[in-house]
Amino acid sequence: MADKIPVTVLTGYLGAGKTTLLNRILSEPHGKKFAVIVNEFGEIGIDNDLVVGADEEIFEMNNGCICCTVRGDLIRIIEGLMKRKGKFDAIIIETTGLADPAPVAQTFFVDADVEEAARLDAVVTVADAKWLSQRLKDAPEAKNQVAFADVILLNKTDLVSSEELREVKARIRAINPYAKLHETVNCSVPLDAVLSRNAFDLDRILEIEPEFLEVEEDDHDQHHDHHAHHGHHDHHDHDGHKHGLKHYHDEEMQSVALSIDGDVDPEKFLPWLNRYVQTEGPSILRTKGIVAFKNEPKRFVFQGVHMILEGDLQRDWKPDEPRRSRVVFIGRKLKEDEIRKEFLACAA
Amino acid sequence: MAETSLAANVKPIAAGAHVSAAAFLGSVPVFALGDGAVLLVDPQGERRIALHKDAAILVATRAGKRLITGGDDGRVLAMDAEGSVEELVHTDGAWIDALAGRDDGSIAWSSGRQVSARDPQGTIKHFSAPSSVRGLAYAPKGYRIAVAHYNGATLWFPNAAAPPEVFAWKGAHLDVSFSPDGRFLVTSMQENALHGWRIADKQDMRMSGYPAKTRSLSWSGDGHWLATSGAEACIVWPFKDKDGPMKKAPGECGARRVKVSRVAFHPKALVIAIGYEDGWILLCRLADAAALLVRKPANEAHDPVSALLWQDDGRRLLFGTSEGNAGVLVMP
Repeated sequence: MADKIPVTVLTGYLGAGKTTLLNRILSEPHGKKFAVIVNEFGEIGIDNDLVVGADEEIFEMNNGCICCTVRGDLIRIIEGLMKRKGKFDAIIIETTGLADPAPVAQTFFVDADVEEAARLDAVVTVADAKWLSQRLKDAPEAKNQVAFADVILLNKTDLVSSEELREVKARIRAINPYAKLHETVNCSVPLDAVLSRNAFDLDRILEIEPEFLEVEEDDHDQHHDHHAHHGHHDHHDHDGHKHGLKHYHDEEMQSVALSIDGDVDPEKFLPWLNRYVQTEGPSILRTKGIVAFKNEPKRFVFQGVHMILEGDLQRDWKPDEPRRSRVVFIGRKLKEDEIRKEFLACAA
Repeated sequence: MAETSLAANVKPIAAGAHVSAAAFLGSVPVFALGDGAVLLVDPQGERRIALHKDAAILVATRAGKRLITGGDDGRVLAMDAEGSVEELVHTDGAWIDALAGRDDGSIAWSSGRQVSARDPQGTIKHFSAPSSVRGLAYAPKGYRIAVAHYNGATLWFPNAAAPPEVFAWKGAHLDVSFSPDGRFLVTSMQENALHGWRIADKQDMRMSGYPAKTRSLSWSGDGHWLATSGAEACIVWPFKDKDGPMKKAPGECGARRVKVSRVAFHPKALVIAIGYEDGWILLCRLADAAALLVRKPANEAHDPVSALLWQDDGRRLLFGTSEGNAGVLVMP
């Protein structure tokens, strides 16, 4: 069977610059042909690519999973696109500014035909440097898009002061410290920053360390050793940090990162993880983990969206690699103390 | 398992692109393809006609003596056995998602939520479904069209003042089909199940247990059986009794370790042509599940049979696959 077609999802609140990014991707001299799924025709001018109109139809699945929604129109469109397989190299889905990325992502795990034909590469969120802080307060959609992202383009950085930029970055990191963050003007980024990310590929989940440290050049010496934490939340409210990088705590959306310096018992861990995402699935947006199972030479890696989890034994732990078990949840009003207690109880 | 083979009676045809549908126009086999072309196989040889330029044929069906094609270029075209083409619809690029045709030349098509029906005189009527439409079917009697959509199906009467009749069932409905006697309406669903209604009283029938979506439904000529894809065998539901398949176990034939992708009941005998995801095709007799091999590709590959169609007299079978292989079986 031919390789699965990679799919990039572009999200971002109204006016952040999604269409600018899309046009940039399409107009670069990459020699690739894209099938582009958009909600509104018109603003994209392309001769060589396929453009398909979508209608963002959200379907609930009758499978007892309450947060398990898919995009019905995407299932139909991808089925149709497969009839002209070989005529395009990748799919880009542009969502509306108010869209929740979860049903889009879940479509690639829930629908067997879509999963067989295509693979989700990454969720790329474009954020407006000037307005994002405000939107995070008044627009739940904007917060969802930031929390869900694998890659964030903090765009229009030319319109803000360095102080405002610091502020908005801190707000993004309070919600999602794991996404790759790029500061851009006119969405100017190298294509490999947004395409071929393999963000949902279990084999590529190599590291799940937070990215507090990739800040301005002059902040390089900032120390903030998250690796030292043991079973702790990886971000805190730090006021008056000496280098001026503020750390916010978002009241609604947080990430919880936990680690055990050693093995976990799969007989305890797997039932707990499954039960946890089944019960708390609606509030969990993204889940990732790299775990050392007792008596198992391979790393167990997993990732998930709401209640949908997929995991597998990956490569061997390297001889010089400490066998640490790490899990990360990004979600809404996560019960951190409870998660920590239950995770730590899985230690082997 | 298939001890006897009809493979020598198969004439292979290189279609060269995804086969979206096959049909007979009179005695001429035609294949509608994912590269926008139609392949016409008349006695003089194969002719390739570029119908939808730079586009794909998503759906195609026969209506009367013409092949109707719907493309991702927003056009609906009609082509006869001589290869002459008439454009029936030209929208601004909205995909033609579903299509149904009738022997009298009536056709219905949908694009998103919009459903249109064109009668043999060329009069076009429109209907807006509650959500995107995935399947259309003409009722065997009367000018009625079944429309499958999210949370049910609707019976639309294009020429009547009567309001559309709604058959509700939660979930996304894909393909839709009437039993040949017009008593039952059956849809395939996103959730690997079929749903049926007895049209007279809207009695619900659930037919579940499939490991995959059912995308191919075919009724026996007498209307007593419904053959379906979506499992590692052809699942056949009994519809003879007034309760349809309720409280009855379905039959199965052609069991293999590969999923069935297309099924087609022989029009005159209780024999089913079964196409699989690896490109195999078997003929199975319903009574004893005895099987005859029609096609076994030389190389093992994922190449689902995507089109399977009998000539009305049952003398020939057309098939096509996702990877662009096709052929004609002539029955001995």
